[in-house]
Amino acid sequence: MDPNKVLSPYEVLVSLKDEISKKDHVKFRDDMVSSIYAQAEEISKKVIKKNNTKKYDWDRKLDNILTSKFTGYPIMFLLLSLVFWITVTGANLPSSLLADFLFGIEARLSALFINLNAPAWLHGVLVLGMYRTLAWVVSVMLPPMAIFFPCFTLLEDLGYLPRIAFNLDKLFKKAGTHGKQSLTMSMGFGCNAAGIIACRIIDSPRERLIAILTNNFVPCNGRFPTLIAISTIFIGGTVASKYHSITATLFVCILVLFGIFMTLIVSWGLSKTLLKGIPSSFTLELPPYRRPQVGKILYRSLIDRTIFVLTRAVAVAAPAGLITWILANVFIKDQSILSYIAEFLQPLGHLIGMDGFILMAFILGLPANEIVLPILIMSYMSKGAMLELDSLKAMGDLLVKNGWTWLTALNVMLFSLLHFPCATTLWTIRKECGSLKWTLFAAIMPTLIAISTCFIITQTVKLLGLI
Amino acid sequence: MGLTCQSCGKALLNEQLNIKVGGNEKFIVALAGNPNVGKSTVFNALTGLKQHTGNWPGKTVTNARGSYTYKNRKFTLVDLPGTYSLLANSVEEQVARDFICFGKPNATIVVTDATCLERNLNLVLQVMELTDNIILCVNLMDEAKRKGISVNIQALQEILGVPVVGTTARNGKGLNQLMDKVYNIALGLEKTSPKKPVYNEAIEKEVEHLIPKLKNILDDKLDPRWVALKLLEGDQTILDSINQFLYKNTHKEVVCFYGS
Repeated sequence: MDPNKVLSPYEVLVSLKDEISKKDHVKFRDDMVSSIYAQAEEISKKVIKKNNTKKYDWDRKLDNILTSKFTGYPIMFLLLSLVFWITVTGANLPSSLLADFLFGIEARLSALFINLNAPAWLHGVLVLGMYRTLAWVVSVMLPPMAIFFPCFTLLEDLGYLPRIAFNLDKLFKKAGTHGKQSLTMSMGFGCNAAGIIACRIIDSPRERLIAILTNNFVPCNGRFPTLIAISTIFIGGTVASKYHSITATLFVCILVLFGIFMTLIVSWGLSKTLLKGIPSSFTLELPPYRRPQVGKILYRSLIDRTIFVLTRAVAVAAPAGLITWILANVFIKDQSILSYIAEFLQPLGHLIGMDGFILMAFILGLPANEIVLPILIMSYMSKGAMLELDSLKAMGDLLVKNGWTWLTALNVMLFSLLHFPCATTLWTIRKECGSLKWTLFAAIMPTLIAISTCFIITQTVKLLGLI
Repeated sequence: MGLTCQSCGKALLNEQLNIKVGGNEKFIVALAGNPNVGKSTVFNALTGLKQHTGNWPGKTVTNARGSYTYKNRKFTLVDLPGTYSLLANSVEEQVARDFICFGKPNATIVVTDATCLERNLNLVLQVMELTDNIILCVNLMDEAKRKGISVNIQALQEILGVPVVGTTARNGKGLNQLMDKVYNIALGLEKTSPKKPVYNEAIEKEVEHLIPKLKNILDDKLDPRWVALKLLEGDQTILDSINQFLYKNTHKEVVCFYGS
């Protein structure tokens, strides 16, 4: 090296660092860390006084129960069930009240249009298309969200969510991924896009990508109303009315568990094939239990989450309702455009135990999962007779009239659980991993899984002659 | 533009770090602390910005920002990711360290949990090595009391040589005093005399040997003692950060992190 060459400050620093041997670095670092710890201990001894340690035990005992090998999982399952049960039973009444109110307005609007001698198509586009879809989204979605979010936030505020992560950590290790993935999944229950942003807490790029790609298997709040409604009509409806909500709840729980199971399987598959690697370690600290702040919980879950999700759903639902109405009411020869598309999708739909209209609703529902059901209702109604949708019962009648069986319901729920993420989520994935390739993968992989799952179930049921 | 204060030195650095948005009235305050000490609660209580507070480690990854006004001065509070140390073992630790180091906040609040102060003090001592403008906020005083733990704030303040404030952020207790201390430190009305950690003889000897060599190249922008310690540790990440922020003035990555 040229001795006269002037080193840059950076090079000076590097050379100073390199003068010290690697072995010394390690020793110095260890000495420094232990010295800091010793000083921290010394200081805290001087300033801290402990009176009794009795109350500490209370936290520990609770932790032993909540994270025990034997009681941890059952408690998790029970709490999850409880939250869903409260949501299912609690949502019914406000839901029908809201529906009565909003569809009452629809009747007034219709009357107004007739009085003004407005053309039929304008009434159709604005009232039957836009307003009706909007009213549907609000009356079906708002009550479950307003109940589910505060319950979930309460568990979060109490400090229970990290315990879930703790319980699930081992399973995720076995699947070759990171324990923190269970936390990102918890966020996904609220919104998959939020869950994907939460994946930033995972340091290893490989594990982060796995968590991003599989977050979709946790049903988000856009899909919960769909799952809850269908489960209440078709699964709850099969038993005596006393057990309606319990059965519906249990079924939604099983679906959620199935989603978690799929997450683990797919994560395992990815970590063994496309994204090979060894899971990195991490220490999860269990934070102390805290007294929840009711006011803040309500504010956060109602304003931050419920209103946010609802606004988004409404913003997407109104134009979607409009488009669907147009598609359903513009006729080529004697068939609507919607029927043409549905007819085209019909063979595939039948193969996987659904129909063309359902598939089309899922495709048109790409902007937001919240509107899949409204679109489906719209298209069924435009096809046949108009129907007052004032309750889940009426919706059930409509679906049965269009050929739904319990198998259709099961397939729709499974498809909703497993299919491609919504546009917002896909957009977030694109932004988070910066790769179009992985974004496409994130859309195609779950869709293929959804199709094959429904296919296998339908064909098995038919083969066994169960339906 | 000539060679004025505007085109060189600190002004440029601040501009590149994208922090001083308003006039000179604005002060930058960094908020550091271990995960789960109620850091976000302090942040929300001070700024009134309703940002989501999660209660598990690593939740706050990108830092939130908010501002408050106290005695007619505007303070911008930067919520750093929760970390147990500044040893740059993870992205979060590096982000927190780089901000305190190169973002040149006018004051740094380190929030700690009164119920497990010992563990939290590690971070406090490490931040004290890095900057003098530090205020220690001992939060969750109510919970400590409930558990029968009492913290002698006055004694702690004397031992550390920096302002210490006991708070219960969830009900706003002690926050006025905290803002008062931040005001005093940021405006230079109160000087701290932090008792920095002392190491064993071997380390101190090496540090002494390194400091003169570092003084020239660091140009008063960083504490030579701290850089010497990092060199002894063999921490390459800090060298890269120094190169990036002090010499190259390429701040893209940090602007990404701190730019809103």
